[in-house]
Amino acid sequence: MAEKNQGAPLLHVEHLTKEFPVEAGVFASRMNKKRVHAVEDVSFDIYPGETFGLVGESGCGKSTTGRTIMRLTNPTSGKVVFDGKDVAKMNKKELKEMRRNMQFIFQDPYASLNPRMTIGEIVSEPLQIHNVMPDAKERLEYVRSLLDIVGLNPEHINRYPHEFSGGQRQRVGIARAFALKPKLIICDEPVSALDVSIQAQVLNLLSDLQKEYGTAYLFIAHDLSVVQHISDRVAVMYLGHMMENSDWKTLYDEPHHPYTQALLSAVPVPDPDVQRSRKRIILKGDPPSPIEPPAGCPFHTRCPIAQDVCASGEMPELREVKPGHFCACHFAAPNPIKGASVEL
Amino acid sequence: MATESKKDMETMTESQVKVEASAQAEDLSAAPARTLWGDAWKRLRKNKLAIFGAIWIIFMILVALTADLWVPQTLGSPTEADSTTMAQMSRLAPSAEHPFGTDTLGRDVLCRVIYGARISLAVGVLATAISTLIGLVMGALAAYYGGIWDTIIMRLADIFLAFPYTLFVIAMLAVIGSGIQNVFVAIGILGWPSIARVFRSAILSVKENDYVDAARAMGASDFRIIARHIFPNSVASIVVYATMNIGGAILTESALSYLGMGVVPPDPSWGIMIQDGQTYLATQPWLMLMPGLAILTTVLAFTLLGDGLRDALDVKMKDA
Repeated sequence: MAEKNQGAPLLHVEHLTKEFPVEAGVFASRMNKKRVHAVEDVSFDIYPGETFGLVGESGCGKSTTGRTIMRLTNPTSGKVVFDGKDVAKMNKKELKEMRRNMQFIFQDPYASLNPRMTIGEIVSEPLQIHNVMPDAKERLEYVRSLLDIVGLNPEHINRYPHEFSGGQRQRVGIARAFALKPKLIICDEPVSALDVSIQAQVLNLLSDLQKEYGTAYLFIAHDLSVVQHISDRVAVMYLGHMMENSDWKTLYDEPHHPYTQALLSAVPVPDPDVQRSRKRIILKGDPPSPIEPPAGCPFHTRCPIAQDVCASGEMPELREVKPGHFCACHFAAPNPIKGASVEL
Repeated sequence: MATESKKDMETMTESQVKVEASAQAEDLSAAPARTLWGDAWKRLRKNKLAIFGAIWIIFMILVALTADLWVPQTLGSPTEADSTTMAQMSRLAPSAEHPFGTDTLGRDVLCRVIYGARISLAVGVLATAISTLIGLVMGALAAYYGGIWDTIIMRLADIFLAFPYTLFVIAMLAVIGSGIQNVFVAIGILGWPSIARVFRSAILSVKENDYVDAARAMGASDFRIIARHIFPNSVASIVVYATMNIGGAILTESALSYLGMGVVPPDPSWGIMIQDGQTYLATQPWLMLMPGLAILTTVLAFTLLGDGLRDALDVKMKDA
């Protein structure tokens, strides 16, 4: 996807950090200085029309990254530049304008649709907020066409969300996100709540829509095969840090970071011969607490190749091991995992 | 859903060919009419107890509103006693002429119950309206903005709730003076903390939903988020609570009047009538029984209606 990376990035994230107080409340948060380090010094770029995959275990900060970019929560420090403007410094008016061009698709199709609004009202709400189609009749026609595009029956425009299945509801969420034809959509695990068969349909819908509208995606997921299916570039996160970042083929074929290697070795391969012959890298223990992250590399407590240097000092820098391929490890070395990448 | 398919089934038995076309036409023409409150009404209609409660309340309201037109002519004055006939008329048992009997001063009990309904219903509705209004604003502020707002408002509510309610109302009436207007105000103002609490917790649970974040991500204003997303999803609990609260306010007014803090005699109030009648409980029980039944049925009617509304306002309930 090198040719896509020409020109200015649509979204530029630089040293983004987000911490939460452990104890909420006016007084408690001042007394208790402990913080949850949800996102630590994360930087990446997303170019127009591409899909950037963000993977990691539960609790590694990938959703918080997405929410902070959208400014659903305010960043603790760092820069988020969208379309040339710093999101963190925007006032209300600029923020509203930004949200016209950046939309969000949520993980849970049951919680993300207002149960008291019909799907027609849900899909037309962004249009009303930004006053894009003041004419009610025109808006109704447009909403019906949107429902048709995402594979729903436009006749169902007056039904309530609870009358639909999970996959159909997620299609409503997608129609809502596309209503304003945004430049970037943050997809926060859009398929992980769905059945595998439905997952494929929704993923195909997302890539079809991308081809048609040229929308960029920040695609957050914990399922490596899902990310591979849709992403141009992939970044791996662990305990709030970005560990590795490359185009998907390189990342899946030649993972440099031991954590990426361990993740890829856990992905089941549809070929039984390959599956039997491959060696799994088993990680021991749980990720450390993000309240008191370990010194040095956050992964050193579970890393199979950790040395003394990993446990002290700073987090290793995200360095370019190959053009366009970044890895944050002192001992970054290619270690192909058999069968990890599958051309689809 | 269910009604649509039922409709489909009905048409199918009549004519197979027409089904598709008519069902679709119906779907389209009936489409804009489908609203939250319309659907709720459909569900409420099927709840017999709630409808019974609603009919009873409407009946009481109609009787109370039209009382001036027909009651004095047929049953006499609710307040004034005729001293010349008082001896013969005192504490008569229920009869065709006086369905609920007469009281010590020879006044018709039914007449006084009807005029008492005016006061009771007015107190119930107005006092609840006052406390709901205050409670909604307070609860919304506390829940939506959180932080220091939440702390101040909810601790204030705790202080209010720490006092025994009736005692608090009496203390307030002692300060601002008794009389029916002050009863409205006292019950209304002191009723807000429980409403605020219910509304706050409803908002807090609704606020955590992704669709609120979705609205924010769309660029919706705070007002829009509260009005379109949070309020419709938390209002059901308030409607239910307020409806039942009307019954509570009626009871409080009766208790206050019984204690001599509310309505001033000779104005009729169910509480005063019970107080007047309690002396004769053994010999002339209707003096106490009739206003007591009036309180019982009215409060019950509001409770049944509130209960039915709670079920009707839940969208996820299938229209069975």
